[in-house]
Amino acid sequence: MSPLTLTRRRGLAAAGWLGPAARRLGAGVAVLWAAATAAYLALMLAPGDTIDVLIGDGLDTPERRAQIIAEWGLDRSPLQQYGDYLLRLLQGDLGHSYVLQRGVGEILASQIWPTVQLALTAATFGVLLALVLALATAGRRSWLGGLVGLSELAVVSVPPFLVGILLLAVFSFTLGWFPVSGDRGFVSLVLPGLALGLQIAGVLGQVLREGLERALEEPFAVTARSRGITEWRLVAGHALRHALLPAVTLTGWFTGALLGGAIIVEAVFGRPGLGQVTVGAVNSKDLPLVMAIVLISALAYVTASTIVDLAYLAIDPRLRRSR
Amino acid sequence: MTTVAEIPGVEAVAPAPARRRYAFRVPAAVPLLFLAVAAVAAVAPGLLTGVDPLAADPLHALAGPSAEHWFGTDHLGRDVLSRVVHGAGHSLSIGAAAIGLAAGAGALLGVLAGLSPRYLDELLSRLFDVVATFPELLLALLVIAVTGPGTGNVILAIGIAQIPNYARVIRAQTFVVRRSGYVEQAVTFGLARPVLVARHVLPNVLGPLPVLATIGMGTAIIATSGLSFLGMGPQPPSPEWGSMLSEARDYLRVAWWAVLFPGLSVTLTVISLTLVGRRLQRRFEGRDR
Repeated sequence: MSPLTLTRRRGLAAAGWLGPAARRLGAGVAVLWAAATAAYLALMLAPGDTIDVLIGDGLDTPERRAQIIAEWGLDRSPLQQYGDYLLRLLQGDLGHSYVLQRGVGEILASQIWPTVQLALTAATFGVLLALVLALATAGRRSWLGGLVGLSELAVVSVPPFLVGILLLAVFSFTLGWFPVSGDRGFVSLVLPGLALGLQIAGVLGQVLREGLERALEEPFAVTARSRGITEWRLVAGHALRHALLPAVTLTGWFTGALLGGAIIVEAVFGRPGLGQVTVGAVNSKDLPLVMAIVLISALAYVTASTIVDLAYLAIDPRLRRSR
Repeated sequence: MTTVAEIPGVEAVAPAPARRRYAFRVPAAVPLLFLAVAAVAAVAPGLLTGVDPLAADPLHALAGPSAEHWFGTDHLGRDVLSRVVHGAGHSLSIGAAAIGLAAGAGALLGVLAGLSPRYLDELLSRLFDVVATFPELLLALLVIAVTGPGTGNVILAIGIAQIPNYARVIRAQTFVVRRSGYVEQAVTFGLARPVLVARHVLPNVLGPLPVLATIGMGTAIIATSGLSFLGMGPQPPSPEWGSMLSEARDYLRVAWWAVLFPGLSVTLTVISLTLVGRRLQRRFEGRDR
């Protein structure tokens, strides 16, 4: 092969990279823009005067009305208002909560850490549990596989808050191993993390096991078996890599499930965090805060799935060709 | 159930063995029977219990299961059995209404996207993508923040989040139908477009709806109970399973029955719906042997 063709091929490979990568970044930005617009539309479509909607259950004074008109530009044309709103978001200004009388960014920043801790713990539990269950049962049509399959069905059919309540009943009230509520270091993270992680393990475990079973039927598995490889090394060393691919595409769902689940789990366990803020904001009709939470969630979701998509492009060359 | 000899590699060579063949399968009658009871409870709760679900009896608050109160009583002395039975109406009707909304709007939008020119189809499809990617609960909370809590608003909140599930499938189905021989024939005979859509396209794209709706109803019931648990569903003292659980959580230490029975009701309903839905799906795809 001449050096010329080599560089040309490399150039082509790089170009094959750029297209899909740019498309995925663009799609991420589009989702963010759509989320911002949806939140804005919700505000505009809300029944009643926009000023009243923005005040929510907050104190209604002439000064605050003037402040809202100035901040949201309510005296200008709708199109200008929308443009200003997007511009403000681009500058990282999420606005004010007129119920709590604080900046929305400030509120979120002070409450985000417990939720991140919970989400990370749950993600770790969920992934580990799914891996262990899938590796232990894949390819074996035994009572164990049936049992795990049934319990996965049960786990995804139990409302997330009920899982939390049951864990509380068993491990806190009956056995007394863990604190009932509040935020007291890692011990108080175990049960909420488990409550949230079980949901993830239920879905992820199913996908992983189906992927493993599919991989174990492929020709490479036959070849490996004919060379006398142990079943365990075949599953863990060869089939798992194939099974991980479809599982990774679940990342978007995964992030959403963590975010949505955290709201409910925090309510069950009385933990501080974004979930409590969200419930409070919805109950007190604090729309600027709710809008900001929607945007932050969209940002988390888009960031996670874009990173995974790009990593995916790097791992699997087949995806670089346009779909 | 056939037994497969465990010879390494043989499965791989055999033509596409059915995956997920587990040792035990729940007989179809069990979930159907449970759903029938739940439906009776929803439509005519008086047939299953004669006790008023709202009648408080503070002297017998938090009493355990007994001959008089089979499922015990809650913190206000209300009969848990009666509340569970009456709660079925709330949970099932909200779930059904939300799915009705999602399936109806989804089918309309799906057919619209499937028959539209390319740019409009592309626009609608992207819209479905964005709504579908968004965490369902957050979307529902945004709707409730705007509309306030209550039964109708919960239906709206859950229904909107589920529209894309239906729209996407119906759109794909429409693509198949619009290229079929009978539609082309109808076009050749000069059938007016609205008549064509109503008589030939619509009836033929709706096939997958029952399966989707059955499984979707389970999801909707979970979402409903979650929103009620957070205090955004039917307002107290209405007996809704989610809000019953929310109240009972505070008395968990002394009264497990107030948590167990509404919890079991939600879970068994959702499992039954999922099982029936999966069986319908297998039947629909011709995979049931």
